[in-house]
Amino acid sequence: MKQQSESRVHRRYLRHSKRFPNVWCAGCGIGIVLGAIIRAVDSLGLDKDDVAMISGIGCTGRMPVYVDFNTMHTTHGRALAFATGLKMVKPEMKIIVVMGDGDALAIGGNHFIHAARRNIGLTAIVVNNAAYGMTGGQHSPTTPQNIKTATTPYGHIEQQFPIAELAATAGASFVARSTVYHVRELESYFAQAVSKEGFSLVEAVSYCHTTLGRINRWGSASDMLRRIKEQSITKQQAESLTPEEIEGKIIRGVFAERDIPEYTAQYDKVIARARKEVR
Amino acid sequence: MTTRLMQGDEACAEGAIAAGCRFCAGYPITPATEIVETLSRRLPQVGGKFIQMEDELASIAAVIGASVGGAKALTATSGPGFSLMQENIGYAAMAEIPCVIVDVQRLGPSTGRPTSPSQGEVMQARWGTHGDHPIIALAPDSVREAFDLTVEAFNFAERYRTPVILLMDELVGHMREPVELPSPGTLEVTERTKTRVPPEWYKPFENRPEGPNVNVPPLVPFGEGYRYHITGLHHDERGYPTNRLEEIQPWLERIFRKIDSALSDIILYEARGIEDANTLVIAYGATARSASHAVRQARSRGHRVGFLRLKTIWPFPEEVVEHAASRLHHVVVPELNLGQLALEVERIVGRHKVCRVGRADGEMIQPGEILAAIEDLEKPV
Repeated sequence: MKQQSESRVHRRYLRHSKRFPNVWCAGCGIGIVLGAIIRAVDSLGLDKDDVAMISGIGCTGRMPVYVDFNTMHTTHGRALAFATGLKMVKPEMKIIVVMGDGDALAIGGNHFIHAARRNIGLTAIVVNNAAYGMTGGQHSPTTPQNIKTATTPYGHIEQQFPIAELAATAGASFVARSTVYHVRELESYFAQAVSKEGFSLVEAVSYCHTTLGRINRWGSASDMLRRIKEQSITKQQAESLTPEEIEGKIIRGVFAERDIPEYTAQYDKVIARARKEVR
Repeated sequence: MTTRLMQGDEACAEGAIAAGCRFCAGYPITPATEIVETLSRRLPQVGGKFIQMEDELASIAAVIGASVGGAKALTATSGPGFSLMQENIGYAAMAEIPCVIVDVQRLGPSTGRPTSPSQGEVMQARWGTHGDHPIIALAPDSVREAFDLTVEAFNFAERYRTPVILLMDELVGHMREPVELPSPGTLEVTERTKTRVPPEWYKPFENRPEGPNVNVPPLVPFGEGYRYHITGLHHDERGYPTNRLEEIQPWLERIFRKIDSALSDIILYEARGIEDANTLVIAYGATARSASHAVRQARSRGHRVGFLRLKTIWPFPEEVVEHAASRLHHVVVPELNLGQLALEVERIVGRHKVCRVGRADGEMIQPGEILAAIEDLEKPV
């Protein structure tokens, strides 16, 4: 019963004028993320006219076209910058920016930290599959060390960027991490993030079975989903573990939750000051 | 109106305000910084917003985002930043988002000789982003014209749903002149076209054969009940990605047609003494000041020299140049580069008629240099 009503919710938010099926590989985690975003938005009772979804380039970049919001598929890495301009002009809109890990953290890394630092009221959702999927499984800033990718055939030697910790340090108002296995938790974090006034980030840990999974012989989509389940621990569990024990684990939880002034609200005060000076 | 001593950059910023610009995103770079500084002060006074972004890539992206939200929006930069903006200028052309990009040219390539004048970005303004696309670029030659052409740039951007480049140069940007600005009510300001159809009928990239807004479908701001898709992918009339050849080619033809069918509106120029001329000087931007002076000197010495100053440099005023130069023997093209706009002139009038007077060391071309070129050509053989 529950499932049926959920698919009815999805149908209300998916575009019927768009030609399906979608571009994602069968078994991809991005669809799970999209479903969770839809249910989160629905749970908040928002008007679709007041919601915008903006993306960059890559597999996750293709998400907005399927959903019946104001949607914009921009250039690689720049989604947050486009969204910043829109938010400045339409501060009342809820703007969800969906990005992959390469899009958000490599080419778009500068915009990512500065959007968080400014605390502008955008919700960033990073689908972290630790690779460039669309181009065939090259390493990204979140690829774990030692594994093979299409551009590290002898093993990856770079350190990982911890997305959630980075956003929390850069000044975001709300930061959380969950996985596409823990879909209810993910959904709840999305709802909390969209409700937050300032900059919010949710990292959704996912997988790419057709690239990294194939290259490293990790099995099917369901095998990789199981890996994510087995690797993940809660923030509370992590607190009682040593750094060695935490190594390689996906830590789920809320990493920042603070009330600091949102950028466009602050800018309204700038306007008030400027107008006073003119008078 | 009172006369004010004003810088070209400031006049550009005031022109933006007068044109209805209410959003600017920028990143500091000499010699364009005064534009964003002025707008950071002026925009909030009129209820607009300014944001200093983390780089030029973000600045142009924020400007496009703001325009999608319904605001007239501008960014200002110089060569190095203009290079960084190219990808998203292409996005604005592809998604047909009105916006104004001011490039106050300084000597390049690369960091070059900061921050001496140049006109080295004529070709970058035309072809800087990848792929075929039309573009409009305007080049003012005075402080007052920096104001006027900024207003015009916004009007063109809105009228033709396109990015417009205001190609200033360091000399015009930093020069101070006494100017009298027009009072707000006297300006012609174009507002964004509104759609008359309900959301379910709305096609943001409609290719209608005839009727109102032919070639330029109205762009409804986000958040106003028309939920649609914008992408940098080739798209159909609703904005959804397409691989269908019967949708890609007609779209491309339409975005060129919207500019090509409006040349009489877009091509702005000033012509003087062309009727009786043997030799024509074609100039634009700051160089036109030296050229104008040189032409006056040449005429006072009895040479029959005409003067054509291009305010619109892209689309290139082919017909104007052809008409002015076809029966003449010589065309002199002074510019602060080693021959960029001259290539276009050569394409129209033939290579052998054109005398390039180029300079790319960061110093202005003196009237004497242009006069010498004219006299050399006018010498009886």
